[in-house]
Amino acid sequence: MIRFILGRIAYLVPTLIGITIVAFGFVRVLPGDPVLLMAGERGMSPERYAAVREQLGFDRSLPTQYFDYVWQLLHGNLGVSLVTKKPVLTEFLALFPATIELAVCAIILATVIGVPAGVLAAIKRGSWFDQVTMGTALVGYSMPIFWWGLLLIILFSGTLGWTPVSGRISLMYFFPPVTGFMLIDSLLSGQKGAFTSAASHLILPTIVLATIPLAVIARQTRSAMLEVLGEDYVRTARAKGLPPRRVVGLHALRNALIPVVTTIGLQVGVLMAGAILTETIFSWPGIGKWMVESISRRDYPVVQGGLLLIAVIIMVVNLLVDLLYGLINPRIRHR
Amino acid sequence: MKLANFAATSLLAIAAATAFAGSAAAKTLIYCSEGSPEGFDPAAYTAGTTFDATSRPIFNRLVEFKKGTTEVEAALAESWEVSEDGLTYTFKLRPGVKFHTTDYFTPTRELTADDVVFSFERQGDAKNPWNQYIPGLTFEYYNSMEMASLIKSIEKVDDMTVKFTLNHPEAPFLANLAMDFASIQSKEYADSLDKAGTKENLNSAPVGTGPFKFVAYQKDAVIRYQKNPEYWGTPAKVDDLVFAITTDAAVRLQKLQAGECHIMPFPAPADIAALKADPNLTVMEQPGLNVAYLAYNTETPPFDKPEVRKALNMAMNKQAIVDAVFQGMGEVAKNPIPPTMWSYNNAIEDDKYDPEAAKAALEAAGVKDLSMKIWAMPVQRPYMPNARRVAEMMQEDLSKVGVKVEIVSYEWGEYLKKSMEPGRDGAVILGWTGDNGDPDNFLSVLLSCAGAKEGGANRAFWCNQEFSDLLEKAKQTSDTAERTKLYEQAQVIFKDQAPWDTLAHSTVVLPMSKKVSGYIMSPLGSHAFDTVDIAE
Repeated sequence: MIRFILGRIAYLVPTLIGITIVAFGFVRVLPGDPVLLMAGERGMSPERYAAVREQLGFDRSLPTQYFDYVWQLLHGNLGVSLVTKKPVLTEFLALFPATIELAVCAIILATVIGVPAGVLAAIKRGSWFDQVTMGTALVGYSMPIFWWGLLLIILFSGTLGWTPVSGRISLMYFFPPVTGFMLIDSLLSGQKGAFTSAASHLILPTIVLATIPLAVIARQTRSAMLEVLGEDYVRTARAKGLPPRRVVGLHALRNALIPVVTTIGLQVGVLMAGAILTETIFSWPGIGKWMVESISRRDYPVVQGGLLLIAVIIMVVNLLVDLLYGLINPRIRHR
Repeated sequence: MKLANFAATSLLAIAAATAFAGSAAAKTLIYCSEGSPEGFDPAAYTAGTTFDATSRPIFNRLVEFKKGTTEVEAALAESWEVSEDGLTYTFKLRPGVKFHTTDYFTPTRELTADDVVFSFERQGDAKNPWNQYIPGLTFEYYNSMEMASLIKSIEKVDDMTVKFTLNHPEAPFLANLAMDFASIQSKEYADSLDKAGTKENLNSAPVGTGPFKFVAYQKDAVIRYQKNPEYWGTPAKVDDLVFAITTDAAVRLQKLQAGECHIMPFPAPADIAALKADPNLTVMEQPGLNVAYLAYNTETPPFDKPEVRKALNMAMNKQAIVDAVFQGMGEVAKNPIPPTMWSYNNAIEDDKYDPEAAKAALEAAGVKDLSMKIWAMPVQRPYMPNARRVAEMMQEDLSKVGVKVEIVSYEWGEYLKKSMEPGRDGAVILGWTGDNGDPDNFLSVLLSCAGAKEGGANRAFWCNQEFSDLLEKAKQTSDTAERTKLYEQAQVIFKDQAPWDTLAHSTVVLPMSKKVSGYIMSPLGSHAFDTVDIAE
């Protein structure tokens, strides 16, 4: 088992190097010069341009800049935002809890609805329920997040007035962040109604962010379940006269959930991608929104650092999923 | 260090929170701003979004634009004198101006000449310890306005008197000092930060003299301000001011309609009709101090001939463009400066839309089978809701006179850069919003010979000596009547030479809740809330 874990971790090193190259290269391949964006329509004299470029270190060759970047990384320094002049890591840590909060709520919602829906669809394979569920999943999977989010806002916030339009909590409430998780902080604040406000602000963004993972989980659960239901031991169990509920619940579901756990783990990447759009629509101050603004300003260190941190998180979660999978399914370890 | 900073910030926030909780019956105004400020030291940035969040609520300048106009009036300077030769400006400071008392700073003295000298010197002098108080921070406005070469010295005459000496006379100088980059910082605060080793806080925990003081900023989410009870001017009407940062225009609109904010800037043009129809909203509008234009490259044939440029201008139906793209929120432009600007020459006649005459003029100029590129900007700007659509309509119009148009576009930063490259292929759609209400701020920046050089903003590369000389002369004259005449003449040359097709002046639209009163629109497009009141 230890060899398995170490092997998995060793895999990460080349991946990490690859990510630094991609993150570094990505922002530089993008057209648009941060120096010129600072000046806007007004322009900047060539001398001034050269001076600012030098100040920001863009006058050096790309390899030099890259090695400098890696050198700084090795010292635990992710760089400083060109715009706010604050350390990238500090900004990231301040905004990350907002994204986690949203992502956790979304994955819980997706699992709580997706797994039962998938199981039911599998059991009633070919029924109208199966067809409707899988059809809906397909629609959900291909839904453009931006459009879907706005649609929900217009319907539930605008027309019906049931949910707040955007943000994390009503601006009436004001308390210092303790954990960064609004649901917890609002409780800690002791202000009346704060928690309800925070929770109501979470509803729409959670639904929007959960849509794609929900579809994926439902489909994956259904197919895993179908596979297991066709296995000999299930047939045996049935033949022994066990009630269908026990066959499904005890024998089939347990085994079917193994691949589903992996699927849920792998949704982390999807969630991060979805967070970028969801946070932008709902003015949710997390890292997705932060990345979008930074890309539009060509804030190189933030984009580089942000991509790297997000990649590391996805990698770590995937690693944990792998390990967990290895734990519950010993066959994997000896592959 | 980091921990100490964190602890300080938390303490600050807690103190602020308690202060906030104490004012339960407080009047709160919520503004749905369109983006996050880049920082809180206005001199270091160039974006209007940043100025709205910093220089307007928190700071003051020596002189300021009178609300709703571009007229300069006394602010932190009570009075000023300009020498005969126009080279020295002596400002008498207003006595008894207090800097903000906040949870992170308690001033021990009032505003003095030291603060003024500090605020400017740090921007121009690379050796000043506050020139790069954060690595990489630059004072872009000060630099691009060439203030460093204009200002010879800034001296403290006595505690309440500051003298600026210039290298050459410059008529717009006073108006320049009313601009956001000229906001006055507290030297005492800066010194205390220096001592504490937290210089960067000047950009994150601002202290000013303005109508509101800074309370807290949560990145990308919300900025909180509180009324400054010791304000030297007319105190603000609301107790708390909140900026709810909402980048998406459709979401801003929903928030306004749901009552989650009271004022929203930059509605999408398509939504304006619906906003006007909403009985709970007021929609304020005002002509913007801006211009959108199509700049030919006057250096490359056949666009080096004024008759060709004029012929092309005649081929394009500007009224149709403005109607379709600006949807009533703009008017056709004939001059490079907007009609609300002093010295606007209303006697000028625009090139008439006349495709037949255009065709004939092109033939007469020997232009046949012309193919050209039109550059369409990829972003919306206050002066331009949809450049792509404008370019398409131009393409259609020009095809009728036998000119083939290819539309090109680049990413915004790239667009700004490439459009200034010498020998650029094609005509560029771009525009400008005035900074200080002075015609020089349009004409010199966009059309002078100096601006046609690399790094300038003259995207027609148009260098007309006679025109540039008039501008130079006007700049060195302090008599406004005299300057008006010179600028009027310059506009005649401009129209005759037609380096641009002047497209439109947009109307700035600001929807707000019916509860809001006292908002005064600024022709310069900035947003200030000290005169605004809100009904409960």
